[in-house]
Amino acid sequence: MLRFLLGRLAVLIPTFIGVSIIAFSFIRLLPGDPVALLSGERVMSPERHAQISHELGFDRPMITQYLDYLGGVLSGDFGTSIVTKSSILDQFFVLFPATVELSVCAIILAIVLGIPAGIFAAIKRGTLFDQTIMGTALVGYSMPIFWWGLLLIILFSGILQWTPVSGRISLMYFFPPVTGFMLIDSLLSGQSGAFKSAVSHLLLPTIVLSTIPLAVIARQTRSAMLEVLGEDYVRTARAKGLSPFRVIGVHALRNAMIPVVTTIGLQVGVLLAGAILTETIFSWPGIGKWMVDSVFRRDYPVIQGGLLLIAGIIMVVNLIVDLLYGLINPRIRR
Amino acid sequence: MADTTAIESISVDPSRRARLAEFWYYFSENRGAVIGLWVFLALVVIAILAPVLAPHLPNAQYRDAVLLPPFWEAGGRVSYLLGTDAVGRDMLSRLLYGAQYSLFIGVIVTTIALTGGIVIGVIAGYFGGWLDTLIMRVMDVILAFPSLLLALVLVAVLGPGLTNAMIAIALVLQPHFVRLTRAAVMAEKNREYVTAARVAGAGNFRLMFKTILPNCLGPLIVQATLSFSNAILDAAALGFLGMGAQPPTPEWGTMLAEAREFILRAWWVVTFPGLAILITVLAINLMGDGLRDALDPKLKRS
Repeated sequence: MLRFLLGRLAVLIPTFIGVSIIAFSFIRLLPGDPVALLSGERVMSPERHAQISHELGFDRPMITQYLDYLGGVLSGDFGTSIVTKSSILDQFFVLFPATVELSVCAIILAIVLGIPAGIFAAIKRGTLFDQTIMGTALVGYSMPIFWWGLLLIILFSGILQWTPVSGRISLMYFFPPVTGFMLIDSLLSGQSGAFKSAVSHLLLPTIVLSTIPLAVIARQTRSAMLEVLGEDYVRTARAKGLSPFRVIGVHALRNAMIPVVTTIGLQVGVLLAGAILTETIFSWPGIGKWMVDSVFRRDYPVIQGGLLLIAGIIMVVNLIVDLLYGLINPRIRR
Repeated sequence: MADTTAIESISVDPSRRARLAEFWYYFSENRGAVIGLWVFLALVVIAILAPVLAPHLPNAQYRDAVLLPPFWEAGGRVSYLLGTDAVGRDMLSRLLYGAQYSLFIGVIVTTIALTGGIVIGVIAGYFGGWLDTLIMRVMDVILAFPSLLLALVLVAVLGPGLTNAMIAIALVLQPHFVRLTRAAVMAEKNREYVTAARVAGAGNFRLMFKTILPNCLGPLIVQATLSFSNAILDAAALGFLGMGAQPPTPEWGTMLAEAREFILRAWWVVTFPGLAILITVLAINLMGDGLRDALDPKLKRS
């Protein structure tokens, strides 16, 4: 297992260096003067320009600049925003829980609905039920989720007036963030109705964000299950007279879950990409909306830092998934 | 010389026809795939004939017909079948012209990603060694970012617009082709027919692209259809975020972005462009499933 871990890390480190080079060179690739872009000052005297250029280190060799940047990143210094003048890492820690809360709810919904749907579709292969489930899954997979979100807003917020349109909680409630997760904080605050308000705000974004992972998980579960159901040991288990529930629930499912776990792990990137659109539609104050807003505000240091942080998260989560995969599937470790 | 070509055309043709027949046999087994194919062909016809089919010009503004509902609702007019948008443009005409953009985006992006991916992937798989390692690490780096985020940032660097959005999406989709091609080439390159061609004196270039590549096309075609639908979705998403095609282009994502503020007042300006995206992407994905069934030798039961 240790060798497996080290092998993974050996691939991860060059990838991280590559990612940091992209984040580093991004600002230098932008059309225009990077000094002006980074300082946010449009008009400046040549002396001021030289001074800022020196402060930012642009007068030093490129490789020194990069190493400085990397050193800063590794010690937690991702720079400061041009617009808010606050530390990028601090902003990230304020906004990240909102994205985690949304993503975790979305992936839970996707797993809870997707795996049973896939299993039943596999068991009832070729029936109308199977075709309906898989047809729905393909529609979900093909869904432009930004449009799906708008449709849900029209239906649930516009016509039925059940859910709010944007934000994480009604403005009526205010309490200091403890965990950053609105569901937990609203419960801790003890204010009546706060939790309900948080849930109603979370509902539509969760549905929208879970759409594509749900479809992918259902499809993957079905095909993994179909493959396993054709194996000899499943036939043996059936022949032994085990109940269908035991054959499918224990013998087949355990092996069918191996590729599904990988699929679930791969959804992290999908969720973060989906968060960009979902958070924008529902004005959800997470890192996806943060990135879009920063692109519009031309807040380049934030884009730079955000790129690196998001890629870093995906890499770490993928590493964890790989390790879990190694744990449940001993064959892969060698 | 003339004799050999004649012999080749005789010996190649029947097998190709047989392979096509076999392909069609498996493809047409999948009813969804055939439906997808028909819808896709219909979209191609719509895109080509948009100037003939559209009742109005896509950017013509009719000041007397602002935010008109579709003709079957109260207040709708038959001359604007699917209603009009906030500046009095005919929705149907814009949607028909929008098909041109979506298919154009799909074709261009897939072509760029496929060509680039194949060339890089063949080189990586064929030569191996440090070059392969370097190429694959670079691809890992691209894949470490969520595709839409990377495309968004690239567009922020290059400047908003349809061309830059297409370049960004192609770049983001390319690593999948590189990986697939590399894996296929590595599986093929030590087979006997390749050695035979090498012994016969074929150079690296010929071996890479004429001998090995044709035998790796199956998974690449499946991936190409996936990329086609992804390109349309991502371009629409960038358009929706204001970073893709710019108004007044009748691109479906851009139309949705313009319609956002009217969602609670005029459902049709929001519903139809998204429905158009969904139908297009769904048709292509249905075809993709059928192609995978027909081309993936692992799933074939023969």
